[in-house]
Amino acid sequence: MRAHEIYPNGGPRIGVYVCHCGLNIAGKVDVHEVVEFAKTLPFVVVAREYKFMCSDPGQEMIREDIREHRLNRVIVASCSPLLHEATFRRVLEQAGQNPFFFQMVNIREHVSWVTEDPREATEKAKALVAAAVRRVIFHEPLQRRRVPVKDHVLVVGGGIAGIHAALTLADAGKHVYLVEREPTIGGHMAMFDKTFPTLDCAACILTPKMSAVAAHPNITLWTYSEVIQVEGFVGNFRVRVRRKPRYVIEELCVGCLQCIDACVYKDARFPDEFNLGLGKRKPIYIPFPQATPRVVLIDPETCIWFKTGKCKRTCLEACERKAIDFEQQERIEEIEVGAIILATGFKTFDARRIPEYGYGKYPNVYTALEVERLVNAAGPTGGEVRLRDGRVPKRVGIIHCVGSRDERFNRYCSRVCCMYSLKLAHLIKERTGAEVYNFYIDMRTPGKGYEEFYDRLLQEGVHFIRGRVAEVTDWAITPEEEGKLIIRVEDTLIGVVRRIPVDMVVLAVGLEPQPDAEEVRRMFNISCSKEGFFLERHPKLAPVSTFTDGIFLAGACQGPKDIPDSVAQAGAAAAEALALIDKGYVELEPNTAYIVEELCSGCKTCISLCPYNAISFDEVRAIAVINEALCKGCGTCVAACPSGAARQHLFEDAQIFQEIEGVLAYV
Amino acid sequence: MSERPMEGERSFEPRIVAFFCNWCTYTAADLAGTARMTYAPNIRIIRLMCSGRLDPQFVLAAFRHGADGVLIGGCHPGDCHYQEGNYKALRRYLLLKRLLREMGIEEERLRLEWISASEGDRVQKVANEFTETIRRLGPLRLAPRPGVIRLPVAALPEPSPAAREGALP
Repeated sequence: MRAHEIYPNGGPRIGVYVCHCGLNIAGKVDVHEVVEFAKTLPFVVVAREYKFMCSDPGQEMIREDIREHRLNRVIVASCSPLLHEATFRRVLEQAGQNPFFFQMVNIREHVSWVTEDPREATEKAKALVAAAVRRVIFHEPLQRRRVPVKDHVLVVGGGIAGIHAALTLADAGKHVYLVEREPTIGGHMAMFDKTFPTLDCAACILTPKMSAVAAHPNITLWTYSEVIQVEGFVGNFRVRVRRKPRYVIEELCVGCLQCIDACVYKDARFPDEFNLGLGKRKPIYIPFPQATPRVVLIDPETCIWFKTGKCKRTCLEACERKAIDFEQQERIEEIEVGAIILATGFKTFDARRIPEYGYGKYPNVYTALEVERLVNAAGPTGGEVRLRDGRVPKRVGIIHCVGSRDERFNRYCSRVCCMYSLKLAHLIKERTGAEVYNFYIDMRTPGKGYEEFYDRLLQEGVHFIRGRVAEVTDWAITPEEEGKLIIRVEDTLIGVVRRIPVDMVVLAVGLEPQPDAEEVRRMFNISCSKEGFFLERHPKLAPVSTFTDGIFLAGACQGPKDIPDSVAQAGAAAAEALALIDKGYVELEPNTAYIVEELCSGCKTCISLCPYNAISFDEVRAIAVINEALCKGCGTCVAACPSGAARQHLFEDAQIFQEIEGVLAYV
Repeated sequence: MSERPMEGERSFEPRIVAFFCNWCTYTAADLAGTARMTYAPNIRIIRLMCSGRLDPQFVLAAFRHGADGVLIGGCHPGDCHYQEGNYKALRRYLLLKRLLREMGIEEERLRLEWISASEGDRVQKVANEFTETIRRLGPLRLAPRPGVIRLPVAALPEPSPAAREGALP
């Protein structure tokens, strides 16, 4: 329907509302002048300003005007449409108007915040308002498309965030697919001994949740599996998952581990990934005793049968349930889900990138994650802090901010290192009685009970030296430095360069995006922020949403965060996903393309351009036909149509031409 | 260009129309705002869902109606929210450059930039750079520079094929 058919008795009646946004806009743009200017524009019936247009009184003002002045077009000049377009469209709807007779003008992000001169800012705001007035005249009433939503949710990543999100959704009665790349869920948290600041044992709080995942009737747990393809859109994602062969039939294995005992290798001799190479495992192994699912796997890289084809395969005989299958192939599973939660976590900074700290050169330089394994009662040393030669360290230095707050590597603060360094300092002191030195730039301990924990460590007699460590060296210059690692640092509190000899150096490595975050980002069609973590839709108002509807974020894949924050975010992501799928349907932006049949010449130009195969050719009528359900509204076909038959709702040529003229007509 | 009269007392202020895609460059421009990265006020941003929506006629219409430069912003290659719309934009951009050359318009007046959602600083840099480029090139003067606002003549909207020409009904 055309505008004049709806309003046979009159043209557009436009209301223009200019927001002060406190001083965010009004501090730069002369809002009053913009309003007075708007009043002079054609079809503008009313123009007003208000402190906060998005607030309830602001919205009510617009609703009242729509009724009183019979407005059929509304323009709000305020912040980005990505923030409040939905809000104001709802205002139109509430006042009985079609929500698409609305245009938003971004005079905050694109004007007041980026323009120095108030005069120029005001002029720019006026130009943008003029453009919107011209555009909105050409708006047409549209209906949102309603599409059904699949009831299932995919959670990618089985660390604490993924586990918590999966359990929350499963408890709400939704079916969850939890896909984890490693052979077990648990993520980094499974590697820790204690958690700060309460020092409760990580396993005691994590492993019950892990077994709850494995036992939950609403969770399909696929470990040792990776998502390889994602298609579709919000509410209707089609996902392909590759399940790597573990050479053990998961359904049959009961985790008795007799196969491991029976392996022809009598001793474990291969570096154990879970213990970061500090322990050893056999070719057939389970990552750690509480691994979930409790299913062994065979590493074909080290198994003699896979390497040479010759082995007695004693493991086969040992398995009473005939679970071992050397012929197992990878499987591709296809699932359909309504929402996706990404909880792919982080990796720790590679300490080798800072050669002056000697990681990889001096055997007694450890990363914090390695020390987590050393202090872990289930770790390779049974919880005893031992150097690689078996000695107990008497002096330990913990270097903070390794790879964080460093122009050369990552400018950001990794947020967890100060706290885990305090925790490790406590545990090392407790286990060995060693003197522990912390080398820090600033202590950052915001959080419930965190500062108190720092105080406690100060009481315990742990040493704190303020300064960024220059280097770790074994070059002794005094007899007491002989055989030690010497930490060279400027103590900035007393202004003196110090040499601190220690037996063990712990590098508090920062958190970085997963090495394949970029590929994952592309696969799920989301964005990354500058440092490579996944980008949230809005840092404050939509912290677990992404720019792709139906895909949510939880945990450290969005940015460094500790366990409490990861769990909180996982709960938020689960709630968002639940709100989406529980409704049963989703309303899509009506910005789809359509064909004006009488204009289509049947040239088929558009058909090959569509990335979603949404356009087909009607041989009988010799015209292109767009399947609205498949169209995602990019408008590529519209731009290419030589006869102007392909059009796009919300982004009609006429509207954009008006906008172009509008921004240029007034400078 | 010396025969061209100066506009009143003011020196030449370039008028630049920018077509930014919703998912990357428009969001980056929002980020530039949030980070308070000030840049030249000459850039007037028009939002498209995808750079693939950029009809070459938009660019020509912008020049015809008085733009001195046109900036196109899309997602980086491989990052398009709609898979490959930015490649289509690139093809059109290259053709447009040739067309502009034929028409005697300096091809530097049209610029294409890939700016991802996290690159607010790049929006700032490109906006400033491009404004300087256009300032150096001087005004294009395909359209009279209105001192007053030209109002649309339309009494009633009638989105018609004529609108494709950028003409008002």
